Amino acid sequence: MSSLLTSEICVVGAGPAGLKAAISARDMGAHVTLVDSEVNLGGQLVKQTHKFFGSRGQFAGMRGIDIAKLLADEVSRDPSVDVMCESQVVGFYEDGTLAIEKDDSIQFLKPERVICAAGASERMLSFPNNDLPGVYGAGAAQTLMNVYGVKPGNRVLMIGAGNIGLIVSYQLLQAGVEVAAVLEAMPHVGGYDVHARKIQRAGIPILTSHTIKEAHGTRSVEDATVWALDSEFHPVIDSERYFEVDTICLAVGLTPLTELLWQAGCRMVYVPELGGYAPLRCENYETTHPGVFVAGDLAGIEEASSAMIEGVVAGLSAARSLGYETDGFEERLRLAKNELEALRQGPTGQKVRQGIRRLMALREVGEGI
Amino acid sequence: MQYILTSAFASNANSGAYGINSAMEGMGLVMDDGRIKHHPILEFKEGRKVRFTFDGKELEGYEGEPIACALHAAGVRVLKESPELKRPRGFFCAIGNCSSCLMTVDGRPNVRVCVERLREGMNVITQKGKGVLLADK
Repeated sequence: MSSLLTSEICVVGAGPAGLKAAISARDMGAHVTLVDSEVNLGGQLVKQTHKFFGSRGQFAGMRGIDIAKLLADEVSRDPSVDVMCESQVVGFYEDGTLAIEKDDSIQFLKPERVICAAGASERMLSFPNNDLPGVYGAGAAQTLMNVYGVKPGNRVLMIGAGNIGLIVSYQLLQAGVEVAAVLEAMPHVGGYDVHARKIQRAGIPILTSHTIKEAHGTRSVEDATVWALDSEFHPVIDSERYFEVDTICLAVGLTPLTELLWQAGCRMVYVPELGGYAPLRCENYETTHPGVFVAGDLAGIEEASSAMIEGVVAGLSAARSLGYETDGFEERLRLAKNELEALRQGPTGQKVRQGIRRLMALREVGEGI
Repeated sequence: MQYILTSAFASNANSGAYGINSAMEGMGLVMDDGRIKHHPILEFKEGRKVRFTFDGKELEGYEGEPIACALHAAGVRVLKESPELKRPRGFFCAIGNCSSCLMTVDGRPNVRVCVERLREGMNVITQKGKGVLLADK
């Protein structure tokens, strides 16, 4: 067994939440080890070519790719943040030791605090032939085209008109890929109007109350059948339509990547509004496992802007729990929490608000496995 | 012409690759069509091109990009055959999480090619079944 490395705070995942957590903990004076499985820091920000709305403090008007660069530069040039890229945390032992795989070997790190910010994975949708090559997660297609410059296909059917489905559809057009239609099972578009209008202006139909019935193809996707749904989400008879497409993108939601939290023994609860199983946590984003904090999509599916602020809250709190204190600490923490609340205002934040209320209520009554 | 993006991964790509590219063009190697040629937002830059084999055929890609990207750009979508029903499987999640893209690379089975980086001379094979660990051979 290789020697045991130590660290004050280990941040797992260098996406928007993890980067901000590392920076905030560092600001308090803590020494941070930031671990990420990718070559480049930034998580899924590295493929977000659209401009963020966000709030005043959270890079509103900047593209995700530029936010990633900015935050990555900040941690990379800071000697109190050790960055471990191409390193995947594959185990979280009961005594708090992390097993980290890099270059086919395992290193062990025992930090005093852990901030888990591992993100989320895209959901599958069940329909015949959903395993055919050419059925891709919408975010995966976005990675292919925006990070690596490879076209995901020639003609795409997008399933899901939430923000990811709408934004990726528009970005497919920018990459020179045709989008046949965007389907949405709900009777209304889930994402922001501004995104929906943009792709409608480009001539892409958004079919609400529609879903995919079946994909067809022998070795990969050749076409797809879609059908309409009634108000109870049952298929409407004889409503089938056919689309000749070589790619089907699924933008039907995300689910938190919580494997490490399960291993650590954090108590978990099922909260549909947060994307599935999510960790019980306090308002400082510490889980039921003392010393283990969470931030970003792994704590409940939301968006990059809120992930960054959750990172701030977790980073400040983790450093504070180690005894670090700075003058502006209380004020920064309070501002971050206010900002989170502001982001979750309005109709678009309703689902998340409901999810967090449910999470906190379950915590009150001592639920969780 | 092929391009790679400067945005994220190209910062790791080897610069000074122009000589290699033009030499390869001179050798009559055909550039593929799966790459984005023009983009309104992202900047494009040529990177170092490498050769690798896929099921015995010689293909090209860019050093450092995931193997799955190079294959996709070359029109390869089927990456493995499912163990039980022998169905074709391909790229899906792009984050090394879903196991849909497991291939045999340089004799090693179950390599997640959506995150494994391409290097010169790699031998990439469509994986059939569950794969045999080297230690078990």
